[in-house]
Amino acid sequence: MNRYAVRRVSARIGVYVAAIVAALLCAGPFLWSLVTAFKQNRDLYDPTNNPFVFNRPATPDHVTYLFTDTAFLTFTWNTLWVGVLVVLITLVLALPAAYALARLDRPWSGPLAVAIFLVYLVPPSLLFLSLSRVVVAIGLQDSTWSLVLVYPTITIPVSVWLLMGFLKGIPRDIEEQAMVDGYSRLGAFVRAVIPLVFPGIVAVVVFAFTLTASEFIYALAFVAPTEEMPVSTGVPTQLVRGDVFFWQSLQAATVAVAVPIAFVFNLFLDRFVAGFTMGSVKG
Amino acid sequence: MAVVEVRELVKHYDGGRVHAIDGVDLSAGDGEYLVLLGPSGCGKTTLLRTLAGLEVPTSGDVLIGGRVVTRLPPRARKIAMVFQSYALYPHKTVFANIIFPLRAQGVPPEERHRKVRWAAELLDIGPLLGRKPRQLSGGERQRVALARALVREPQVFLLDEPLSNLDAKLRASARDELKRFQAEIGTTTIYVTHDQVEAMGLGDRIVVLAAGKVRQVGPPVEVYDDPADTFVATFIGSPPMNLVTREGRLVGFRPEHLLPVEDVRSPDRVSVPLAVDRIEYLSGDRHVYGVASRIGEETRVVARLPATVDTPIAAGETHDFAVDARRLRFFDAETGLRAEPVRLEG
Repeated sequence: MNRYAVRRVSARIGVYVAAIVAALLCAGPFLWSLVTAFKQNRDLYDPTNNPFVFNRPATPDHVTYLFTDTAFLTFTWNTLWVGVLVVLITLVLALPAAYALARLDRPWSGPLAVAIFLVYLVPPSLLFLSLSRVVVAIGLQDSTWSLVLVYPTITIPVSVWLLMGFLKGIPRDIEEQAMVDGYSRLGAFVRAVIPLVFPGIVAVVVFAFTLTASEFIYALAFVAPTEEMPVSTGVPTQLVRGDVFFWQSLQAATVAVAVPIAFVFNLFLDRFVAGFTMGSVKG
Repeated sequence: MAVVEVRELVKHYDGGRVHAIDGVDLSAGDGEYLVLLGPSGCGKTTLLRTLAGLEVPTSGDVLIGGRVVTRLPPRARKIAMVFQSYALYPHKTVFANIIFPLRAQGVPPEERHRKVRWAAELLDIGPLLGRKPRQLSGGERQRVALARALVREPQVFLLDEPLSNLDAKLRASARDELKRFQAEIGTTTIYVTHDQVEAMGLGDRIVVLAAGKVRQVGPPVEVYDDPADTFVATFIGSPPMNLVTREGRLVGFRPEHLLPVEDVRSPDRVSVPLAVDRIEYLSGDRHVYGVASRIGEETRVVARLPATVDTPIAAGETHDFAVDARRLRFFDAETGLRAEPVRLEG
C-alpha cells in the first residue's frame, strides 16, 4: 500500500470512530435512563452495582406508578396543547413582523428590529416578577392559559429574527413576479414566499415547541395547581418529595417525553434539509 | 393607438435626494417593440417597474390601453413581466410555473391546460414541463419565463434585460428568437437593456435614457445616424462617434465614415490627416487609432476600415483620410445638443 492509500484508510477509520463516539454521547443518557427506569430499588441504590446494566430482574412497577399514580398524562397533555398554541401564536405574529421588517423598506425597520431583540435579552428570572403582576391582573393566575400568554414573549423576538434571515434570502423578484402574475401582496406572500421560507417555519416550530416543553421559571411561578401544570414543573414537583427522589419514575418520564419529540422532529428533518439545499442552488 | 403611455413621470427616492426618473414622456404603439436603452443607473429599470406597478411614481401618470393605471396594483394592469433573473418559482415544476398566473385569473381548468400546452409548444419547452427550474439551462429558463408571461395574454410585455444572464453565444440566438416570438404574437413589448447591440437588433424604436431623462427616441437608424446630442452619439456605436472641437462646436463622425481619402468617392469630402499610432484587426475590420488634424483641434480618433478597403497603413506614419461631408454631424460645444451644419472647407 502506498502512502495515500494508508492515509485514505486511516481517515475513513477516523470518521467512523468519531461517528460512533458522537452517537454514544447522544444516545448514552437515553439508554441509561431507560435501564434505570426499569430497575428495582435494591438494584439502583446499591453503589457497588454497575449502573448501566440490570443486576437484578427488571420491573415495570415504577413506570406503571408514573402513569397511574401521578398526573403525568395531564402534564403531558398540558405541555402539548400549550406548545401547539404557542407555536401557532408565534407563527401568526412573527411571520408578518419578519416580513415587514425584511421587505418593506421603512426607515424605522432597523431600530425596531433591534428593539424587538432587546426585549428578548431581559432574562425570565427578572421578568417573571413583573409578569406575575400582569398575569394576576388578567386573572390567569394558576391557569395553564397564563403560559400560553407569556411564552410568546420569549419565542416571538427570536422567531422574528430567525425568519428575517430566511426571508432576506428569498429573492425579491419571486414575490414581485407573483404580484405581476395576478396576486395581491398577501396572495404573493402566501403562495410564493411561504413555500420558500418553509425551512425557517420548521425551525421556528422546533424552537418554540422545545422552549415551551422545557421552560421552568414561568411555569413554576404562575401555575401551582397540579392539574394545570406542564411536564417541566409537574414531573419534578410530583416525583421529588423533599429528599426523596423517585428516580426510576423520573427517568421514565424523561424518556416518555423526549422520544416522541425526537421522533416528530425526525419526520421534519428531511424537509428541513431538502429546503436548505433547494435554497442553495440558484433557482 | 398608444397602448402604453407615460406622462411627465417623476420618481424620486430618499425624500427627493435621488432622481431616478426626472420627467419622462413616452408612448408605445400597438404591437411596437420599444427598447429602453441607457447606462446602468439611468432609470430604465425604475421606469419599467413603474409601468409594471411595482413602484409608485412621485408624480405623473401611466396609461395602459388608454386607462390611467398609475395607482393600480400590478395585478390590475394586464401586463406580463420577465425579470432579469427570470424569477421562476423554484419549488414549482415548469408546468406549475406556467399555470400559476392562470390560476390567479380564475381561468377554468380545461382552458388553463390548453393554454399551457399552447405556450409550451410555441416556445418548444414541451419536454421540460415536469422539471424543476434548477434542472434547466439558462436558455430554457428564459423560455419558461416567456411562456409564463405569454399565457396571461397581456396587453404589454415588460422585459428587464432578459438576455443578460446568458452566455455570449446563446445571447445572439436568444435575441433572434425573442424578435421572431414577438413578431408572431404581435404584443406591444417594452424591453430594457444596457446593451446597444440588443437595442439596435430588437427595437422598432429606441429610447435612449441618461440620468432619468429621455435623450432621444427614434428608430435604430435614426438614433445611430442622427444622434440628438453628444451623449447619444458616444453611447451608441462601437467604437463610438468621434468628436472633434472646432470653433465652439463639436464635429462628429462615425469611425466607419473616416476612410483613406481615395476610398471616399463623394466629391464633397473633408480631408483629415491622421497620425496613426495603433492598428487593431477585429473580425475582418481594421480599427485605426491616431490623432486627427485640420478638421478641428488635434484629437485622438478612431477609423474603422471594412475588409474591402485594403489600403496599406502602418503605425507611425501620417496618412490622408477623409470624411464625406454629408456624414458630418455638428453639436454645440456647451450643451452637447445638435447644432446647424456648417460647411467645412477641405
